[in-house]
Amino acid sequence: MSSHSKLFLAGIITAGLLAAPAFAFDFGRPATPDEIKLWDIDVGPDGKGLPDGSGTAVQGKQVFSDYCAACHGENGQGGIKDRLAGGQGTLASNMPVKTVGSFWPYATTLFDYIHRGMPYPTPGSLSTDETYAVTAYILSLNGIVPADGKVDKDSLPKIRMPNRDGFVPDPEFDPARLFHKK
Amino acid sequence: MTLKTPIEMLSRPANMSRRGFVGGLSAGILGVAATEAANAESLADVPDRGPGAELGAHSERSRFVKIDRIPEATPGKRNVDPGDAINSKTPHQKLVGNITPTDLHYERSHSGVPDIDPAQHRLLIHGMVQKPLVFSVDDLKRMPSISRVVFIECTGNGWENWKKADPELTVQNTHGLVSTNEWTGVPLKFLIDLVAKDKGSTWMLAEGGDGAGVDRSIPLTDEIVNEAFVAYGQNGEPLRPAHGFPMRLVMPGFEGNLNIKWLRRLKFGNAPWMTRWETARYTQLHADGKARQFQLRMDTNSVITKPSGMMQIQPGYVSISGLAWSGHGKIARVEISTDGAKSWQQAQLSLPVLPKAQVRFQMDWVWDGRPTTIVSRSKDDQGNVQPDRKSFIAAMGTNALFHYNAQQSWSIDEAGRVRNVLA
Repeated sequence: MSSHSKLFLAGIITAGLLAAPAFAFDFGRPATPDEIKLWDIDVGPDGKGLPDGSGTAVQGKQVFSDYCAACHGENGQGGIKDRLAGGQGTLASNMPVKTVGSFWPYATTLFDYIHRGMPYPTPGSLSTDETYAVTAYILSLNGIVPADGKVDKDSLPKIRMPNRDGFVPDPEFDPARLFHKK
Repeated sequence: MTLKTPIEMLSRPANMSRRGFVGGLSAGILGVAATEAANAESLADVPDRGPGAELGAHSERSRFVKIDRIPEATPGKRNVDPGDAINSKTPHQKLVGNITPTDLHYERSHSGVPDIDPAQHRLLIHGMVQKPLVFSVDDLKRMPSISRVVFIECTGNGWENWKKADPELTVQNTHGLVSTNEWTGVPLKFLIDLVAKDKGSTWMLAEGGDGAGVDRSIPLTDEIVNEAFVAYGQNGEPLRPAHGFPMRLVMPGFEGNLNIKWLRRLKFGNAPWMTRWETARYTQLHADGKARQFQLRMDTNSVITKPSGMMQIQPGYVSISGLAWSGHGKIARVEISTDGAKSWQQAQLSLPVLPKAQVRFQMDWVWDGRPTTIVSRSKDDQGNVQPDRKSFIAAMGTNALFHYNAQQSWSIDEAGRVRNVLA
């Protein structure tokens, strides 16, 4: 580096210090790894964030009956809230029926949503294994896992949902193209 | 025609004679509540002046003003029990100006309105950052702040009219899921610098502290990084609980659902998380059965709010007024047709016209008493034009549920009754 550019750099640093005093770093406090773990609940489509544990559709049938059926119906249909099963083949009709089986593109999203938001009156009250179990049961209602099937953090992201290819990204915010240099 | 009629006069009750009205004026817009007004035919009938009520700690609306949001559910389901409502709509037919009163800003919640003690609220920012940090509300309030007037619009705004037009609907029913407030808070860019975000992070997850833990993936485009902010102020006061107290994300021009309320976590990553709301919920099903995903920007839109659905007009002068907005930028022009979209005239815009904010428009009209249809269309400064219904439906189908921005038509029959129609 030439002495000229060294001088130039020193000028920038000085100006920078004057323009941005130390207050910029006085806000908030460091987050500890343990407390981050408490809130870091999101699950990605690649399975990142899924916890250890597992559950079977058979176990899930009971969990569903205890905590979900009152709103979603005994078999995920006919309840007062969102229908969870059936509807496959209706998306291009005049009366599309959007359910986990007919519409949801990722099985990981199902675990994430149950885990964060369900059961509606007491979100977060199901154990990890119960959440896996009820996830397996809802998938089994849609024929996506067998009636005696089991899901865990390894198998869930590998499930290919029937409507996986049913989504077309908006051209402006297409994740596959947005931040890639043309 | 440049004749101007005060709004008050337009509220003349239907059963009142025109005698005593300003000479030459022969028209009015008769709102549904107009008959509640007491008669004051002569100035002698106007009540005497006298001492009024004591001064208060805050001011209430006049007892003569009946103005409320309406809690509603999905299209076609209304007059629902508040416990079954999923949104609550702004009464645009009763509002004037550009700014929505704070308590009438539309509300959409996915698990009710949490009762959050700000002293116990925390914002965690982590993920692909050098310094994961926890902030209190006070921390945010000590930071440099910005204030900005922007619209927020639920993507369900307009969803009543995808398949058919119920003639009984008011503009509150059809377009009550958009509002404009001034929001105050900390630029996202400032927070990004505090935590020292990794350059490789291109997406951000924003998560709310409501029961549903609503979360959305947000692409960190230059526009979003430069314009998004974490707000704690709304029209000059702390956020109302229904609108995210004590802090929310504000994303000017983008889907209402991205403006995460009760914000408690921002996580930086490099791909979308595919949350329930960006897959199963806020995606738009097209006629071929494929769904448009990440249609994050709210498009160019406008609606005539006066006269609008369920109002009644009389022949003569009518002041047409409404609101226009665009998630792309500023409204450049609003045009109104009073002959069913055959010919168009330019409306006046009420200054200031701000980017990504609603703007009031107005146009003078003389109704000749013959049945017709009135409709508005807007154009923004990026050249986007609000589509007519026919071409909009041709492109989107009728199953999309969200992102309805077709031109809104109101028919007027020979009796002056204004009704919701498709075109």
